[in-house]
Formats: sequence, structure tokens, C-alpha cells
Amino acid sequence: MRKAMLLAGAFALAAAPAAAQQKTVKIGFISTFSGPTAVIGNDMRNSFELGLDHLGRKLGGLPVEVIYEDDQQKPEVGKQKTDKLIESDKVDFIVGYIWSNVLLASLKSVVDSKTMMVVTNAGPSQIAGELCSPYVFSTSWQNDQTPQAMGLYMNQKGVKSVFLIGPNYAAGKDMLTGVAATFKGKVLGQELTVWPTQLDFSAELSKARAAKPDAIFVFYPGAAGVQFLTQYAQAGLKGQIPLYTAFTIDELSLPRQKDLALGVPGAQQWVNDLPNPTNKKFVADFKTKYKSSPAFYGAQTYDAAALINSAVVAVKGDLSKKDEMRREMEKANFKSVRGNFKYGKNHIPIQNFYLQDVVKDKDGNFALKTVATIVKDSQDQHVGKCQMK
Amino acid sequence: MLYFIEQCLNGVQLGMLLFLLAAGLTLIFGIMDLVNLAHGSLYMLGAYFAATFAALTDSFVAGALLALIATLVVGMAVEVIAMRRLYGRDHLDHVLGTFGLILFFNELVRMIWGPAGMTLSLPMEMLQAVQVLPGVFYPLYRIVIIVATLIVALLLYVLVMRTRIGMLIRAGASNREMVGALGINIKLLYTLVFGLGAALAGFAGLMQAPILTVQIGMGENILILAFVVIIIGGIGSIRGAFVAAIFVGLIDTVGRAFLPDLLRLFLSSNAASSAGPALSSMLIYLLMALVLVFRPEGLFPTAGK
Amino acid sequence: MTAPLNLRSIFIAGVLTVLALLPVYAALTGNYFLLTLFTRIVILAMAATSLNLILGYGGMVSFGHAVYLGIGGYVVGILAKEGILSGFVQWPVAVAVSALIALGLGALSLRTRGVYFIMITLAFAQMFYYIAIGLDRYGGDDGLTIYKRSQFGDLVNLSSKTQFYYLCFAFLLGTIYLVWRLVNSRFGMVIRGSRSNDRRMHAIGFPTFRYKLICFVIAGTLCGLAGALLANHTDFISPAVMHWTRSGDLIVMVVLGGMGSLFGPLIGAVALLVLEETLPVLISAVAGLILPSAATQAGEYWQIVLGPLFLLVVLFARGGIDGLLAKVQRG
Repeated sequence: MRKAMLLAGAFALAAAPAAAQQKTVKIGFISTFSGPTAVIGNDMRNSFELGLDHLGRKLGGLPVEVIYEDDQQKPEVGKQKTDKLIESDKVDFIVGYIWSNVLLASLKSVVDSKTMMVVTNAGPSQIAGELCSPYVFSTSWQNDQTPQAMGLYMNQKGVKSVFLIGPNYAAGKDMLTGVAATFKGKVLGQELTVWPTQLDFSAELSKARAAKPDAIFVFYPGAAGVQFLTQYAQAGLKGQIPLYTAFTIDELSLPRQKDLALGVPGAQQWVNDLPNPTNKKFVADFKTKYKSSPAFYGAQTYDAAALINSAVVAVKGDLSKKDEMRREMEKANFKSVRGNFKYGKNHIPIQNFYLQDVVKDKDGNFALKTVATIVKDSQDQHVGKCQMK
Repeated sequence: MLYFIEQCLNGVQLGMLLFLLAAGLTLIFGIMDLVNLAHGSLYMLGAYFAATFAALTDSFVAGALLALIATLVVGMAVEVIAMRRLYGRDHLDHVLGTFGLILFFNELVRMIWGPAGMTLSLPMEMLQAVQVLPGVFYPLYRIVIIVATLIVALLLYVLVMRTRIGMLIRAGASNREMVGALGINIKLLYTLVFGLGAALAGFAGLMQAPILTVQIGMGENILILAFVVIIIGGIGSIRGAFVAAIFVGLIDTVGRAFLPDLLRLFLSSNAASSAGPALSSMLIYLLMALVLVFRPEGLFPTAGK
Repeated sequence: MTAPLNLRSIFIAGVLTVLALLPVYAALTGNYFLLTLFTRIVILAMAATSLNLILGYGGMVSFGHAVYLGIGGYVVGILAKEGILSGFVQWPVAVAVSALIALGLGALSLRTRGVYFIMITLAFAQMFYYIAIGLDRYGGDDGLTIYKRSQFGDLVNLSSKTQFYYLCFAFLLGTIYLVWRLVNSRFGMVIRGSRSNDRRMHAIGFPTFRYKLICFVIAGTLCGLAGALLANHTDFISPAVMHWTRSGDLIVMVVLGGMGSLFGPLIGAVALLVLEETLPVLISAVAGLILPSAATQAGEYWQIVLGPLFLLVVLFARGGIDGLLAKVQRG
């Protein structure tokens, strides 16, 4: 990773005359590259690099320069790094963002400077609604969409009551409201835990047990998901109260969750075995290059490279034509690994959600597999609040 | 009622962990008059060592034992290289110097073990809950933590109250100059005490590792809680640390469990869920502030200070 | 401050000149990020200077000074969210609230001394940190984005980088001037006297508690103002600003620059933040000489150098950078 702002370099760079003609496409990439959730950042970076490889390291004929920055999973750091990318590096596109709170802190700088942005994971309700912006696109989802799909699935399974547990930050709150929006049974209680510092869920699990629900729904991305499943098993709840999840079991956490994840369903807009050619190529090449399986974080970020490429091609490399780029991106005119999708007018995908399950093969390896399509062409519920034309 | 008992057990378990950290901290504070912010780093190292050695030896117990020895050695090395030079200095110097050590250890761990953190898996038989009272199920491993810490606390009590070393430690805590004047090798005593404190912190780290992730900076938040414990308990007092640790553990967990429901009576559900945990964390600091204002030497002040 | 021409004065004059001319440089080169970085430095220098008043001159080791950065910031953020954008309202409220809270915290904290004072200030800071996390309406843990900076009519436009920078710079100079006037007044004599021997000052007949409390409130108020500036600078406020490690950062700035030295905290703030930006580059360069392939990687581990550096300052350079300069000057 190229380390942030070089003070000396900034002085030197500043002395050079501003380039008269655009020679490269500069992309700023914000994700988490340190701490326990660095695995997510790496999955995104690897997939983005692979995406660029597949495009011949050129976007619309122009060479690419990507500057990776670490947000340390902290909103204020993410905001600082975003400012630096915009003001010092003067990037053309800004890509990434795992965490809803980091994105919300950084959004103002991006929107004020009219930098084109592709969000590849975070999906707080605000960017789909009142804070939607012409230059901000998502290749992931709005936070509510996935848990809403899970709520529908729980209805199908005849679950009558549920207890909700999630982390106390923007996405955690969205997730719990999302599941409650489609679930027809009774929500017996909900608990929000301090994020990301609280990893001991004993009080919450005791509470869930005492509420005697039919099911527990959780959202714990990254390492916290491993901890949750471990403590859920330790508390003796596995086999007693079934667990339903969103973004808690993925290819990154599965190697550590192993047997604990068996039989725990999740909803997702992308699963590694989706049978379209783009996805097959992505998953196969990722495995060859990085000796591991990509997760949905990577898949969404891989799509971002293709989306940006479609925009640069459409303006023939003239990156000053932002409105033309925007119009092109709104068409979602590229081959997505999740299969084709459309954009809503708030630039959030309208897409299918699948039910995924954990399977164990003969060699004892764990993998995720598509079981069914829960919902087709799902659109988020906040689009009505988006005033963008 | 059963639910209340279960939550109290959770609180006691957190209290046990806090006691392990606070015991070392209060010894070091009481005897060497050293404010050691880097104590949390030793907790982190204990967890990393345990995860590494357990993976190497394929045994949780062997990994834990090796990790204990390793943190003891690291602790003594840190004392000889750095801490020794801080004795007798201003508290501000301690704060700044050991703040620097936190940065150092965090970065060192990142260099050696990488940024991603580790997991320490428990044997499968630990992954269950047992019935402690009719109708109260409690995770077996958390019971193990409680019992193990009680044993450590007992050993510590015997060590401090019944042995020659313990006598010196007690003497050192109440009158440092006197111990030196008696011709005791005070340097060695200090190194040993610091090593002991490090090992206790390491023990806390490795016991907690299978429940939480082993990660960089894991000691920083809990360290502050441990400081709260020793202030409430009285600096230098192991007995005080024990009582205060259970107290703080109970407030934190029981508050987290019941405050949100209480707040829901007059706040929206989401607001209550956010405010509940924050409020119970606040209660702990409020308690400490009250103790400091009305009983500045803590609940169990050591004699002669 | 005494001899007009000596190494320290020249150094400080140099730093001030660079700070004063920075916007000109930014305008000439179009590199506004440098200005953003230094705005931050100047604001934090102001906070550190206010801490120096109690820590350096008064001997009150507050381990919770960052709490006022948060309070000043949250006042601006909350008022902005509720639609009150005028800086003429926001800033005085920020100052008043900071002063009131400092009065309350000081009245309780100053009953303790030594390490208990360190811990009680820490405890209060943590309490406010958790209060901020509990503010669900104002973002809770996620923090609060400030969509419009404080409005001052035609007087000054905070959205202009240059104007905002000069405003912060002026506030910094004002703070330094105020501290200078204070410590050289009778009030300052009492404060400094109580630092070395509180009992004697009390015996002479000075109500030291009251003096120290006033000093504590002034420091908190100035820091609260710095918090209002910081929130405007980042367009964002979150509980993280009040975390105990931030209070630690402020102490580091003061000690690194030179405790009880007028310009020490400024030097310390510049040194620490510039070090944070340049150390990775420096380490990369050094590592590159030894092992080229590890060059970029090595830069990421800059804190492994910074941490022990603090320890070295504590052990060998008690007076911080300012003290070193004085030492060099004496020969």
C-alpha cells in the first residue's frame, strides 16, 4: 500500500505545473487495511486489482493509478483520508467504503467536490434517501435490502417470533429495522452492542434466551461474526434456538467459523457459485491468483472496476464530462458478477437476493452455496426520499 | 429471577477478568509507584502468545502455560530495559513513557503477527452450557474462567500474606525506603513484581482469548476499566482490587442488561438501545469519581500511604 | 522571550513566519491539502497551549483535556443540526458550556491530587465520551456530520480555506498571548507557586483552590473554543474526539514541545503531527537503503519508532524541544 500523504512529496508535487491533459485515471480507494477487519479491506483490494487486470490495467484506454488508504474503521480517519485523496491527490474516482459510519462521515467532502464515487459495500439508508447524490453510485445494496430478504425467508419458514441482535452503528440499526420491516411475526426484543469494541455478547445472549423466541437474527460483519457464533455455541443455544443472519457468514469468516456455521442460513445478493460466465471467471481467477475464495465484498468491488470502465469508455477518456459519465453509469452497462441488474434513480441496484447455506465437502472444507432465490428485483424502501433528478 | 442470576454470573465473569488485570496493576502501582499504561499491552501479548503456542502444540493447556512463561519473561525484560528508569519520576513521565510503549507494542505485534488478529479455538467439549442452578444454563468455559481466577486469587493471597516475598511486597507497598534500608535487593524484587504483574495480565489475556478475538489494541479499553478498579479498591490493595473488580463487572453487565428496558419506558426503542450500554459504562466512571471525591484513598486503602 | 536575538527566538519566529505565510504558498502552488493539514495543526496547538496552562504552569496533570474539544465540537454540531447556524450563537454557547463544565469538573477534580487527579480527570472524560455515544439523535457512536459551517454573515467565510486558516491562526496567537499575560500576572505567580509548593502558598494566605479552579476553567474554555474550530474544520464530530488516547495526544504535544514554555505546545503540535506525516516516508527511505524491496512496507510501521521516541523524550529531554533549544543555546 502506498502510504498516505508524503509531506515532502506534496511540496515537490505542488511545484510541478498542473498537467494540461489527462494522462491517467486516478482512483482513490478507501477501505480498512489494519485491525481485525483488515481481511475485508484486502478482499476488496485484491478483487479490485483483479478487475483492473481483467481490463488490461487500462480504463477506456487510459492507464490507471490507484491510491489505497486505510480508514482504520474509524469515521474521523476515513474522513481525513477522503479529504487527502480529493485535495492532495485530486483523484477522479473514489471507491470502496466498508462501513456505513465511515461513509457518512466522508460523504460531504465527496459531494462538495463533485468527485465521482462508487461505494462498494456500505449502504446506509441516508445515501439511498435524502442524501442521494448524482455522482454517488453503489455496487452493493442498501443496508435494509439484505435483512428484508431474510425477513421474507423467515416468514416462509414459519418463524413466529424473533430476537434481534446487532452492533450499534449506522448499518447495525438499518439491518435490524430492515428485518423487522418484512418479518410478519413478533419481534420480542432487540439489542444493540457497542461497535466495534464490544465483543462479549454474554449479556445479550442471556437476554435472548430469556425471551424464548422461535429464532434469533444477527448481523455481525468480520471477526465479530466469528465471536458471535462461538459464544452462541458456548451458551448452548445452537440446536435450541435457530439463528438467521445477514453478512455474518462469508468466505472470510467461514474458515474460522467452520462447523459453527453449519446450518445457519444467510441472505446475499451474490454467492460464489452464481452460474454466469463473468462470475465463473472472477471466482476462478481470484482463487488462482490469491489462493483463497473471494467474498461478497470482493465481488462488489470487482464490479466497481467494470462500472468505472464503462463510464470512461463512454466519454472516450475525457474525465471532465462528469454528467455524461453519470448518465452512462446509470445504465449499469457492464457484466456484473451477480448477473445483470438495473439502477434505481438513487443509484442503488435493483437486484435479486439469494439464500445461501454452508456446506462441508468430503475433505472437510467449508463453502457457501446458493440454495434458492428469496426475492427477485428487490428495490430499497428509501428511494422515494431521494430528490435527485 | 433466573435471568437475573444469569446476568450476575456474566458480571462476575467480567469482574474476574478485571481482577486479573487490576491485581498486577495495583501491585506495580502500589510498590513501585508506577503508572503503567502499557499493562494492557501485556494482556494483548498474553493472548497472542497463547494463540500462537496453542496452534503449535495443538493443545490449549500447553499453549496457555507457555504463554504465561513468555509474558513473564517479556514483562521482566520490559522492566529491566525501560520501566526501571521511570521509577521515582513524575507520574506525568510514566503516563507519557508508557503511552509510547503502547504504540510500540501495537506496532510490534502488527509486524510479527500481521494486522488481521487471531483466534484461539476451544476444545469442542468446552462449547456447551451447563446447568448451574435449576433452570440456569451457563457456558462451561465462562465457569472455567471464574474458577481459574478464584484459584489464582487464592494463590496470590497465599503468596502475599504467607511467604517471605509477600512480606517484602507488603513492606514495599507501605514503605519503600525501609525495605531498601533493610538491605533487600530491591532491584530484583521490583523486576519480580513487574514480571508477576505481567504474567497476571497475560493470564487475563489468554483466558479471554477464546471468547473475544485476539487483536491489536485489545488491551486499551479494558486497561482503563482496570485503572478504575484499582482506584475504587485503593491503590496497592489486592483485596480492594478483588472487591472493586466484581463491583465494576456487575455494574457494567447488569446495567447493560437492564438499563435499555428501563429506558424504553420513556425513550424510543432505538434510542434506548444506544443509550443503555453507554449509560452503564458511564455509571462505572461516575462511581469512581464519587469514590475519589468522598474517599480519595479508595475503599480499602493500604496502611501507611 | 527576553533576549531579542537568540536561537530559541529565531526558531520560534521562523515557525510563526512559516505558519503565517503558508496560505500564500498554498495559493501559489494550488496545494490546498497542506493548508488543511496545518489548519488542523494550528487548532490542536491551541488546545495544547490551553492544556499547558494547567499542566505546565499549574502542575495539574489533566488526562481528560480532550473532553473540551468534544464539548465545543458537539455544541456546534448539535446547534447546526437543530438549524441554528449562526456562529454568533454557536461559538458563545460553545464557550459558555465548556466553561460551565470545566467549572463543575474542576471543582470536583481539584479536591484530589497527584495520580488521583490524573485518574479523576480521565474518569470524567470517559463519562462524557459515553454520554456522546448515547446521543442517538446526534449520531451516537457514528458521529455527526456538520453540513454547514458556522455562519458569520459577511464578516468571515469559514468555507474559504484561507480565511478559516487565518482565523484559527489568530485564535492560536490570541491564546498564546492570553496565557503569557496570565502567567506573568499575580494570578500566574500564585498558580506557579502552588505548583511547587501548594501548602506554602496557602499558608501565605492565597486561596489556592480558587486560583487553580479559575485556571482550570480558563484552560477548559479555551480548549472548548478550539473544539468549535475543530468541528468546523472537519465538518464532523464524533465521540472519538474525546477518547482518552486523544487526551494522551495533547499531553504528548505539550511535553514534546516543552512543558511550561509559552511556545512549547505549538512546537510540540507541529512536531508531532508533521512527524506523523513524514515518519513513514523517512522510514521507507531508510529501509530502502538497506533492503529496497521492503521500503514501502517499512513505512507502515512508523509508530514503532514514534513510541520509543516518547520514552526517550521522557528519559533524556525533560524540557522537550524547547528545552533542547535552550540547552544548545547555552552551549
